Amino acid sequence: MSADATELRIVGFLCNWCSYGGADTAGVGRFQQPTDLRIIRVPCSGRIDPLFVVKSLIEGADGVLVSGCHPRDCHYSEGNYYARRRLEVLKRFLPILGIDPRRFEYTWVSASEGQKWKTVVSKFTEHIHELGPAPRLDSEACAQAAAIALQGL
Amino acid sequence: MKIGVFVCHCGSNIAGTVDVARVAEEARKLPDVAFASDTMYACSEPGQEGIIEAIREHNLDGVVVASCTPRMHEPTFRRTVERAGLNRYMFEMANIREHVSWIGKDIEANTGKAIDLVAMAVAKLTHDKRLTAKKFSINKRVMVIGGGVAGIQAALDCADGGLEVVLVEKTPSIGGKMSKLDKTFPTIDCSSCILGPKMVDVAQHPNITLYANAEVAGVQGYVGNFEVSVNRKATYVDWEACTGCGQCMEKCPSKKSRDVFNEDIGTTTAINIPFPQAIPKKASINPEFCMKLTKGKCGVCEKICPTKAIRFDQTDAEAVENVGAIVVATGFDLFDHTRYGEYGGGRYTDVITSIQYERLLSASGPTGGHIKRPSDGKEPENVVFIQCVGSRDKSIGRPYCSGFCCMYTAKQAILTKDHLPESQSYVFYMDIRAPGKLYDEFTRRAMEEYGARYIRGRVSMIYPKGDRYVVRGADTLMGAAVEVEADLVVLAVGAESAKGAPQLAEKLRISYDTYGFYMESHPKLRPVETNTAGVYLAGACQGPKDIPSSVGQGSAAAAKVLALFSKDQLESDPQISEVDIKRCVGCGKCIETCPFTAIELTEFRGQPKAKVIETVCQGCGNCTTTCPQGAIQLQHFTDNQILAEVNVLCQQTLPNYG
Ligand SMILES: Cc1cc2nc3c(=O)[nH]c(=O)nc-3n(C[C@H](O)[C@H](O)[C@H](O)COP(=O)(O)OP(=O)(O)OC[C@H]3O[C@@H](n4cnc5c(N)ncnc54)[C@H](O)[C@@H]3O)c2cc1C
Ligand code: SF4
Ligand code: SF4
Repeated sequence: MSADATELRIVGFLCNWCSYGGADTAGVGRFQQPTDLRIIRVPCSGRIDPLFVVKSLIEGADGVLVSGCHPRDCHYSEGNYYARRRLEVLKRFLPILGIDPRRFEYTWVSASEGQKWKTVVSKFTEHIHELGPAPRLDSEACAQAAAIALQGL
Repeated sequence: MKIGVFVCHCGSNIAGTVDVARVAEEARKLPDVAFASDTMYACSEPGQEGIIEAIREHNLDGVVVASCTPRMHEPTFRRTVERAGLNRYMFEMANIREHVSWIGKDIEANTGKAIDLVAMAVAKLTHDKRLTAKKFSINKRVMVIGGGVAGIQAALDCADGGLEVVLVEKTPSIGGKMSKLDKTFPTIDCSSCILGPKMVDVAQHPNITLYANAEVAGVQGYVGNFEVSVNRKATYVDWEACTGCGQCMEKCPSKKSRDVFNEDIGTTTAINIPFPQAIPKKASINPEFCMKLTKGKCGVCEKICPTKAIRFDQTDAEAVENVGAIVVATGFDLFDHTRYGEYGGGRYTDVITSIQYERLLSASGPTGGHIKRPSDGKEPENVVFIQCVGSRDKSIGRPYCSGFCCMYTAKQAILTKDHLPESQSYVFYMDIRAPGKLYDEFTRRAMEEYGARYIRGRVSMIYPKGDRYVVRGADTLMGAAVEVEADLVVLAVGAESAKGAPQLAEKLRISYDTYGFYMESHPKLRPVETNTAGVYLAGACQGPKDIPSSVGQGSAAAAKVLALFSKDQLESDPQISEVDIKRCVGCGKCIETCPFTAIELTEFRGQPKAKVIETVCQGCGNCTTTCPQGAIQLQHFTDNQILAEVNVLCQQTLPNYG
């Protein structure tokens, strides 16, 4: 991202042990990245309630990125397996809520993968910029989404 | 609430690309912020004093420091606010260095981002609660996994420090790679003469319990109170009874068994003691080659054993050990050169690996220390050494330098001349990397005194010619192609992580890098610690290391364990889950989810309720995410605390620069 473009609002939920460490490693390696993303640190990707993601997107985030330890490499043994199941379900649910699922992505980055983190952030930010700012969800849009959801039932 | 915000310059690390004064100025406008300033080095003595002064002067209830990553200085600043009388959990950090100043050059954008991160930290802090740690007692026993030189050193230092030590070694004897070496650089002293006595000390130390031929099967618990189950693999010999006399080896008719200790140069008997100095000096049977176990015939050893120690019906056994700390010293493995088809890919008998060559050089090796080619037993005239086989080669996924190959190749070239004065050694190398004490002098001696011819360049191929090989490569200094005829080729195979390293890491809940080497907590400041409290690293399991560094790290890990055990009680981390009894409906979903079985069902006024077992909870928060009632909340990372950050971020009006 070049500085002359307007920033979008991207929220990152990162587990403390792997991905937050990976983001730190990218920093230590001075790997330049777009500035849009703001990181919220949680102990484990399993702590990330899908509702945090939904709430962010409804409240006005343009994109949400979740990142945890690689499967099999969780500091808490299996938290990322829970995360994977929840986030996969969430991805399918987002359209029902009237949210473009492309605005949400989850990845696995380990503490040593500074270069990978840079790539993940850069790609996701670019991707969100392609989608542009998220449409604000006013009450009408919500009602419409609810109607679509009900039709599907 | 009165919050203080301190924005760190970190010299020019942050101030260079973030307008720190403006971040402080914007912070001052936030609700609940009573004080904000920028400071040169927040973590320094004057920086910390400044924070303490401000807390006292402005009667602050909580503090935000915007500086580096919390993974580095959160504990430092928690102690600072504690010194000023605050609870240490009334503290938040905004990472404006690793996540802002170091990854972007645009001051305007960086400053905006830093302001956001500070606002998020402040919002979270307004929901923070005072938490207090509970004390628990520790089990002052330590387990060392891996009995190479690093593990041996760690075990001996801990045991000499008065601790009970359990040493678990995968193979039938301790000693690791070092026990296979002939002489060691840069002093050329005999490897088993310096390692042997240490191995004997392990066997004789009253504080050390040794499980050889055993592996860690599972790890439960937490720092101070680990419960480790160890799988003791069947040896088919009762080690209590075996005296190591070796009569069984003499009589065993199955002589084609794999000789693992001698790196498959030659074969051995199905029942054997791996090498004369083995510790424990006990025999074990290789079930793949034992005729009694494969065909039901033979049983010679059973008849001959003077102590009646043979047990063909032995099975694996489990042992459970309770320890307070774990040192991992599982070492490394060597690159499989058969992946290089151009070097014969394992097909050429006289193209061998460096560790095989060590066995040929060793007086206790399969040739009694005579250098003989494996194919025909002839003494070689021309010996060609090829360095960086499986090191510094991106194309095979080994871009790193293995560290010790330049040195051991020089050593082997010197020893070759000692053994065979008429021989000529050639060394193909990329760069000479010899930065240790007396190391550069050593490689020079190989060239100048011992006449080894060093050729700078990679070898492109090896092909047989009569009973010799042609080694074809480039001499990049001369700018010419070179061909050398060799009787024996020795490949300096690089180091890679030990087999099964990732699986063990998962059991221990520690991290490993892309190549499978274990990750230290901080590459400079916490080199032998892992991110899991109570688990330490020693030796080449953390990255390629020579013997002096491995021993140094073994002692360092032991010192860490001794320091940990110098207290009788540890403080538990209060960032654990807590059940709100009024909300809990006793559905038990959290119990099913918890990876640590840290939640149990209790009863409250006749109603089932969940209850967190404080010492077992690790604070992952999976239960909090699971509970449909929001009844079980991970302290310091509650729903409200995380959502406070989300809210601030989403409500912020975005600056529009451009
Ligand atoms: C050919 C060659 C020559 C060398 N020459 C020299 C020299 O002259 N001077 C020098 O300073 N260095 C030399 N080195 C380097 C030296 O070998 C290492 O520095 C040293 O062996 C590292 O010790 P370690 O204990 O960390 O690992 P290792 O020696 O690899 O020991 C690890 C031990 O852990 C055991 N283990 C592995 N996994 C498990 C598990 N899951 N559970 C239980 N146990 C496990 C292994 O069986 C082994 O016994 C040489 C290396 C090579 C390859
Ligand atoms: S999941 Fe929630 S409601 Fe169910 S038992 Fe656990 S704490 Fe109680
Ligand atoms: S936070 Fe919850 S799920 Fe995680 S260990 Fe503690 S009780 Fe178990």
